[in-house]
Amino acid sequence: MSTVPSEPTQSLASVVVVDYGLGNLRSVTRGLERAGADVEITDDPAAFEAADGVVLPGVGAFREGVENADPLREDLLAVAESDTPLFGICLGMQMLLTTSEEGENDGESAVRGLDLIPGTNVRFDDGQKVPHMGWNQLEVEREHPLVEGIDGEHAYFVHSYYAVPDDGDAVVATTDYEREFPSIVANEEGNVFGTQFHPEKSGETGLRILRNFVEICADE
Amino acid sequence: MALTKRIIPCIDVDLDEDGNPAVYTGVNFEDLKYTGDPVEMAKAYNESGADEFVFLDITASAEGRETMLDVVRDVADEVFIPLTVGGGIRSTDDIKETLRAGADKVSITTGALERPELVNEGASAFGSQCIVISVDARRRFDEEGEHYVEIDGESCWFECTKKGGREGTGIDVLEWAAEAESRGAGELFVNSIDKDGTKDGYDLPLTEAVCDVVDTPVIASSGCGGPEDMYDVFTEAGADAGLAASIFHFDEYSIAETKEYLDERGVPVRL
Repeated sequence: MSTVPSEPTQSLASVVVVDYGLGNLRSVTRGLERAGADVEITDDPAAFEAADGVVLPGVGAFREGVENADPLREDLLAVAESDTPLFGICLGMQMLLTTSEEGENDGESAVRGLDLIPGTNVRFDDGQKVPHMGWNQLEVEREHPLVEGIDGEHAYFVHSYYAVPDDGDAVVATTDYEREFPSIVANEEGNVFGTQFHPEKSGETGLRILRNFVEICADE
Repeated sequence: MALTKRIIPCIDVDLDEDGNPAVYTGVNFEDLKYTGDPVEMAKAYNESGADEFVFLDITASAEGRETMLDVVRDVADEVFIPLTVGGGIRSTDDIKETLRAGADKVSITTGALERPELVNEGASAFGSQCIVISVDARRRFDEEGEHYVEIDGESCWFECTKKGGREGTGIDVLEWAAEAESRGAGELFVNSIDKDGTKDGYDLPLTEAVCDVVDTPVIASSGCGGPEDMYDVFTEAGADAGLAASIFHFDEYSIAETKEYLDERGVPVRL
């Protein structure tokens, strides 16, 4: 294992971590800082507009996530529209899609995600242990600046549902958990993307991905 | 290519004479030896390939709790792998405080046995993925259990204990494991009072029995004396993760060596 790179002395890009009331934002913030970003945790849409990049974090349930983030829906869509990089992590990635089986299982009508990457999130249903929890391998399927220097490394996952984009080209990387599923997805324009795993918990590999993200933001 | 088995060093955090965090390791809760500073240990284990950390506050005091949260903050700021924190967690406020400090999961033992609703409350407020239910199991060879396994020709059941095995509860581990899962536990952390500190291998019948009754991941703990014990608990008992303390703290085996051993024998690990 190589040594964690020391923190760059100068910020490369300003990044907003969207605070919509879910989960621990400390690790993702520290990971982005380590990768060279100047980070602000906020739910203020004006800050989204000013930032070089926006991170939509998330743990927990799809319905709760979508409902909590709902007041920010138009603002997040505006970020995507303006070509600013928008990076969804775990539940944040699932929210980039259109819908989820998780919403339906509650016996209520499906809640809609951001629909920036059309598709749905479905539950593992092949007899695997659920949640899929632990370190698993990334197989890069196509080029994207987020996966620069990455292929075959392990990343840390915790989830019960996985993304199925309508367009197969949205799949940047896959992972095998008794079935192959998309572990990194991106839109056609390339500025909206997400990882099912937690880069902020994936050691060196995760820091490399966060660094790639910060560089994408710096190029904007 | 598959989900790998996780190797998890456990770091028991105590306070030294000056009130600073310190790690001590002992055998059967005796003969404690100072083994290091928790943050430095975490960094070294991360370099050696640890997949995750478990930190346990063994002080069971208010000062200890505060110190523990400081340790968690320091580790979370330096080391980018999952952290589980346990010891003295009894309320959703305790869970929240621990997660805020940078923990990804909390491990709950007594607090959940005494008030099982805590599992539901924690899972619904923070998600099942961060609620780890820990059991300190003890073998009992009498008629009072619910589920029996055969060990060396004798019928045995496993009892949940409190206070590091000093107090019994009469609750069958397998009943409790299934209940904790149905209440929303995302992972089970299985300790054995009989094997703790012995280094003669994990309690395989116990681990296997728990793996059989739940679908959530199981972390086996207590008794690891070397890489071959990890191999057995993964291949024979079906554990998802193996936890060890003293073999790593005393540098008897490094995590990297343990992983090489497992990899050579076909156990999927993150190298």
